[in-house]
Amino acid sequence: MSVIYLDNNATTKVDPQVIEAMMPYLTEYYANPSSMHTFGGQLAKAVKTAREQVAALLGADESEIVFTSCGTEGDNAAIRAALLAQPEKRHIITTQVEHPAVLNVCKQLETQGYSVTYLSVNSQGQLDLDELEASLTGNTALVSIMYANNETGTIFPIEQIGLRVKERGALFHVDAVQAVGKIPLNMKTSTVDMLTMSGHKIHAPKGIGALYVRRGVRFRPLLIGGHQERGRRAGTENVPGIVGLGKAAELELLHLEEATARERRLRDRLEQTLLAKIPDCEVNGDPKNRLPNTTNIGFKYIEGEAILLLLNKHGICASSGSACTSGSLEPSHVLRAMGLPYTTLHGSIRFSLCRYTTDAEIDRVIEVMPEIVERLRALSPFKNDDAGWLQSQSLVNSH
Amino acid sequence: MWDYTDKVLELFYDPKNQGVIEATGEPGVKVATGEVGSIACGDALRLHLKVEVATDKILDARFQTFGCTSAIASSSALTEMVKGLTLDEALKVSNKDIANYLGGLPEAKMHCSVMGQEALEAAIYNYRGIPLVAHDDDDEGVLICSCFGITDTKIRRVVKENNLTTAEQVTNYVKAGGGCGSCLTKIDDIIKDVEQEVATVSKNSNNGTKTTEILNSGQIATATRPLTNVQKIALIQKVLDEEVRPVLIADGGDVELYDIEGNTVKVILKGACDSCPSSTATLKIAIESRLRDRISKEIVVEAV
Ligand code: FES
Repeated sequence: MSVIYLDNNATTKVDPQVIEAMMPYLTEYYANPSSMHTFGGQLAKAVKTAREQVAALLGADESEIVFTSCGTEGDNAAIRAALLAQPEKRHIITTQVEHPAVLNVCKQLETQGYSVTYLSVNSQGQLDLDELEASLTGNTALVSIMYANNETGTIFPIEQIGLRVKERGALFHVDAVQAVGKIPLNMKTSTVDMLTMSGHKIHAPKGIGALYVRRGVRFRPLLIGGHQERGRRAGTENVPGIVGLGKAAELELLHLEEATARERRLRDRLEQTLLAKIPDCEVNGDPKNRLPNTTNIGFKYIEGEAILLLLNKHGICASSGSACTSGSLEPSHVLRAMGLPYTTLHGSIRFSLCRYTTDAEIDRVIEVMPEIVERLRALSPFKNDDAGWLQSQSLVNSH
Repeated sequence: MWDYTDKVLELFYDPKNQGVIEATGEPGVKVATGEVGSIACGDALRLHLKVEVATDKILDARFQTFGCTSAIASSSALTEMVKGLTLDEALKVSNKDIANYLGGLPEAKMHCSVMGQEALEAAIYNYRGIPLVAHDDDDEGVLICSCFGITDTKIRRVVKENNLTTAEQVTNYVKAGGGCGSCLTKIDDIIKDVEQEVATVSKNSNNGTKTTEILNSGQIATATRPLTNVQKIALIQKVLDEEVRPVLIADGGDVELYDIEGNTVKVILKGACDSCPSSTATLKIAIESRLRDRISKEIVVEAV
């Protein structure tokens, strides 16, 4: 049975052209790019080309790109750098729906004397800019806000946020791990100071990422050692990974327009058909400002892990905001922050597409999903709540 | 992806005994239902038992479950396990038995088996007319985990029954500690407490392995471990049914167990007993002394 992979916000397949580009750097070109011999120089050149390719995707300058090992490192490095550069300021603003790579750093910083504001979101996962405005003070060192949410695809108004942040003289970091390659970006005209991206979300391998640092932003490195990356990130470069990321960035830029249009069409067809065929379900997230490849649907009265396992039986990979899949017992912090009712919260499934997704694959999901939902609802005591069990419980998640 | 056994997957993909048992008014048969969990917590189970009144035998069992793979499999397993048992036998089915039937559950999913055991208890107590809130002393106690509404009584019980030694295990079994985590140190304290308690009990007894046992005759074996609430209720019901009620019925009266709070046993006197001016004496002599004799010297009987 072939796999239908609709979990691209988790990770993506490495593009064959990326593998091809990387191969020589895993075999014959093994020198250290910092070495003075010609052999090393060839690798340094390859790293430079990759840096240009990544810069082009972000609309940035080559000198503004720092290669990292992953999105988490980018987020951590940006936050620490911003704080170290302004030791007099002790306040951070972020949102309740960030990735743990930002949230958990902020939580730790709270134990170290920083105060953190976690901006709330509404039922569509959208921010209130007035709340942001009111939170900004002269003491705010950093505002760290994601570009697009990994679970719902909701896109935040980054440039509007940036204008407000700049007015108050704070640094602005954006975790764009989910947005890069799905939204056109141009750092030249942007208010963003630092931006994180990750390779494995754009068909490069895992273990490589990049951090954009605007020229002029005072940066204090997270990793200290040699002089690699112009002193901003010590450690011998992961040359094959960097070359792969460069190639992946080039391909993303090449396909951006046509691929996102295609993904949007497929996503909309999937979403609308499921909504039409299956009663009692709804889309989570901002219907207008949303990534073109993501749909997150809450199927009422049933639980996400059970849905995933039945999908898995048909070779379909998706993801859920349910607690049972995550090893934690609390359902997704993102869906909870949106205040979804419990009837939907536990049964939310995310389908995330990529440029390889086909019409036939979407057809298959449309074919099996109604039957899966029906089957689990037949087991559920809440579906036909004749005894009023559901009614006796508080149904809105007021977290 | 969780590592499930083949049995878990089998019962998930092809659940046995799903659905409702409707009361059909068949003579000599009663349907009992037990509900645990909630949609807020992310798992819930409603268990239906069809009981043959004369024999206390479970003729059929069905379930409705909201929850993950292992919740569905645990519920299905439970229904398979209890069919054909008497209610007293069924009360002895533990969450461990459910997990064993499934060939094991991932540690993090053990709470699904606990939910099964609790639904079974709830159904049987409902059947016996003991109000849920009254039998469930889990809800008394001090609230330890506010995220999941779990009290110290419940944590203590599950720690004891499953020999748990870490807070993480407690989270896996009853969810307490799985939310904000602020209750984890309190859970650690409870575990320490239980460990000490168990250590003293086994030190004080010359044979630490002896446990309370209900013998066929209804007599009680020497106990070195205190009765759990479940055991106590079952036992009281048994003594009432077998030793007290026949005497009262012969006199045109009857008694029904209403509630148990600690050592206070509340009963409803019926028939001749209800209007009998000497009912207090009847209580003291016929019921209280019998229960004291059979179960615990501390028991006090009250009519409601
Ligand atoms: S209080 Fe127990 S997890 Fe939050």
